[in-house]
Amino acid sequence: MERVALLRYGEIHLKGLNRPYFERALYNNIVNALKPYEGVTVKKAEGRYYVENIGDDPRIFDSVAKIFGIISFSPALKVEKDVAAIQKAAEVLVREVMEAKSSSPGEKITFKVESRRSDKSFPLNSMELSPKVGAYLLRSIPNLKVDVHHPMITVNVEVREQAYVYCQVIPAAGGMPVGTNGKAALLLSGGIDSPVAGWMIAKRGVELIAVHYHSFPYTSERAKEKVIDLCRILSQYCGEIKLHVVPFTRIQQELYQKCPHNLLTILMRRFMMRIAEVVAHKEDAKALVTGESLGQVASQTMESLCATNDAVSIPVFRPLIGMDKIEIMDLAKKIGTYETSILPYEDCCTVFVPKHPTTRPKLEMVREAEKLVEGDKLIEEAIANIEVLNVKG
Amino acid sequence: MEHGIYLDNAATTPVSREVAEAVMECMLHNFGNPSSLHGMGLRAEKRLKEARERIASALGVDSEGLFFASGGTEANNLAIIGTALARRREGRHCITTRVEHPSVLNTFKYLEKEGWEVTYLPVNENGVVSPDDVRRAMRPDTVLVSIMHVNNEIGSIQPIQEIGRVLKAQGNSAVFHVDAIQSFGKLDIKPLQWGIDLLSISGHKIHAPKGIGALYIRKGVKIHPLLWGGGQEKGVRSGTENMPGIVGFGEAVRWLEGKADRGYLYRLKGILVAELTQRVPRAVINGPSPEEGAPHILSVSFPGIRGEVMLHALEEKGVYVGTGSACSSRKGHMSHVLEAIGTKKDVAQGAIRISISYLNTEDEMRQAAQIIERCVKELEGFVRR
Repeated sequence: MERVALLRYGEIHLKGLNRPYFERALYNNIVNALKPYEGVTVKKAEGRYYVENIGDDPRIFDSVAKIFGIISFSPALKVEKDVAAIQKAAEVLVREVMEAKSSSPGEKITFKVESRRSDKSFPLNSMELSPKVGAYLLRSIPNLKVDVHHPMITVNVEVREQAYVYCQVIPAAGGMPVGTNGKAALLLSGGIDSPVAGWMIAKRGVELIAVHYHSFPYTSERAKEKVIDLCRILSQYCGEIKLHVVPFTRIQQELYQKCPHNLLTILMRRFMMRIAEVVAHKEDAKALVTGESLGQVASQTMESLCATNDAVSIPVFRPLIGMDKIEIMDLAKKIGTYETSILPYEDCCTVFVPKHPTTRPKLEMVREAEKLVEGDKLIEEAIANIEVLNVKG
Repeated sequence: MEHGIYLDNAATTPVSREVAEAVMECMLHNFGNPSSLHGMGLRAEKRLKEARERIASALGVDSEGLFFASGGTEANNLAIIGTALARRREGRHCITTRVEHPSVLNTFKYLEKEGWEVTYLPVNENGVVSPDDVRRAMRPDTVLVSIMHVNNEIGSIQPIQEIGRVLKAQGNSAVFHVDAIQSFGKLDIKPLQWGIDLLSISGHKIHAPKGIGALYIRKGVKIHPLLWGGGQEKGVRSGTENMPGIVGFGEAVRWLEGKADRGYLYRLKGILVAELTQRVPRAVINGPSPEEGAPHILSVSFPGIRGEVMLHALEEKGVYVGTGSACSSRKGHMSHVLEAIGTKKDVAQGAIRISISYLNTEDEMRQAAQIIERCVKELEGFVRR
């Protein structure tokens, strides 16, 4: 009797001839995600993967739940194709689930057994196997009762190259295998929104690189550490992230001294986009990702977004555009970035935030204002001093 | 100095070489547990006794009254909660000030939730509490008065001796606790002469390692333990003694005694203030005047430049300062101490705390003032309009 995890994939099923490409990518991502666990092996089977030699470290299931492309998984027992062995495995699992449920004494726990037999050489068909396992469970565990319509526990038995028994089907991250849908550059601030935006795009199979703007001494080294931590959390889902830390103080100071203050934020955003576009081209990323949500702040009104977009020609993905702040926060909590995001270090320094930012900037005015600084030179200088860090969970 | 100019000594101090060597020796060679019956245990017990005696004698108290704990926060908690629990049948009113360290204020907040009443006394513009206010706040059911000696953010010195006199004259049996974490090693403290019942001190503010502190408990004062276990420290504070910390603490006190020139810190501070006010005329000193305040703490504001930005600009040039207390600088809201002394918001936001130690030099003071001047000039152009 050996503990294994059974991983199911979702959307890849819909792929046609290039399905093997997606399956291979997912296989590699699983292997990479499970590298920290020594001795674990991954096996591809029809429509699923088996992770074997998983030992007793429960964190392995947390890791599995974060791999994009996997729709659900089950902790399972692998046994010989033998009725007695299958019965024994079912008993072990049912006892475990009952323990975790901690029902009141004497309460009846309902269950059913579902069998599938893809190995037709197995002497019992599924209609014969289920009652045999069910009867054994009723005999060996008190307080059990069969309910085939609304069971509290469903015992699944699958007879394939080996026999697999499991009771739980746990939902996983879903989405597409990271790397199967190209690469994008995420503008990562350290706030709540941008990590969520990155997660959503990565979920669609996109490999991420990140661009962060650092304004020392207006923002601290701790703010940078926080962004590294956020990359580390994201990388648990989407693998290693190449983080580009761009020195931004000089640009902010120039804008502050030379441009109308009501346009500062929008001008700053344009510079961020332009720099990110250069980084994206260099890194062969085909789009930018931002955490903007329509109307959330002055720089995220429709007019402001148009003015920001105007600075670049590369496509800009804004997955949070239609989400409320509270929905974004809920998602941040779910994916585990929230607690880090709310650490109180300045990201975009308040010193340079205008008291009365324009909420409906005229594009022409913005373009004119931008000419007051030597944009190309400033950008070149910033790019030349980028610090690159490879971050992994 | 290898780390640039370190002026954040109110947050913590570097461990002096002599102390580090003593700690190392204790960890590698004399690592016994004082409770062990064999010779190594006995040797450890002897060193424990030596350290206790040395620290007690620096305070002019009997070593029987000194109890080691994990640091200033635990010493303050033990003093406040320990007294509250020991005397809960006699009364449930306590007095403290609005400018205490969070390890005192938040402990009282906890007691309030548990049904105690706490009076938070105001301070004047120099951050000093009035002994008269203490007298007026006293009630028959007052069981504890807790007042810090030196304020950690602005360096104001409380009139502990007078407050002790006021309490004695009241004839009330309230316990008088003094948080002396910032003053120990820098100012005279006389628990016996000043009528102090409980006094908290900490090692890492005086060049010992972090993780060691002590509470002095005057003979006859009852304290309810907070930690239960093997009955170490006469049952007041169970847990295997932190021998490296304790040995380091004792060694640091010995080291300080050798340096006992208290005038040195005031001299450094004087040079810094003179240079600074000359170079940066718009610098605003918060709280007490440099001579009235503690010898090692100076709170100064450059209005319009946020303290945090100034701090980072200075660190880029190798000067390390603090903003308010290390414990509150990351929370973003206005310092409760600056608020209590009536500092205007823009001045409060521009505050940095410069705190010096015996390891700093006169030359560092001059250099620091120069570097501050340079940073102010660089940042002035970007003051929020």
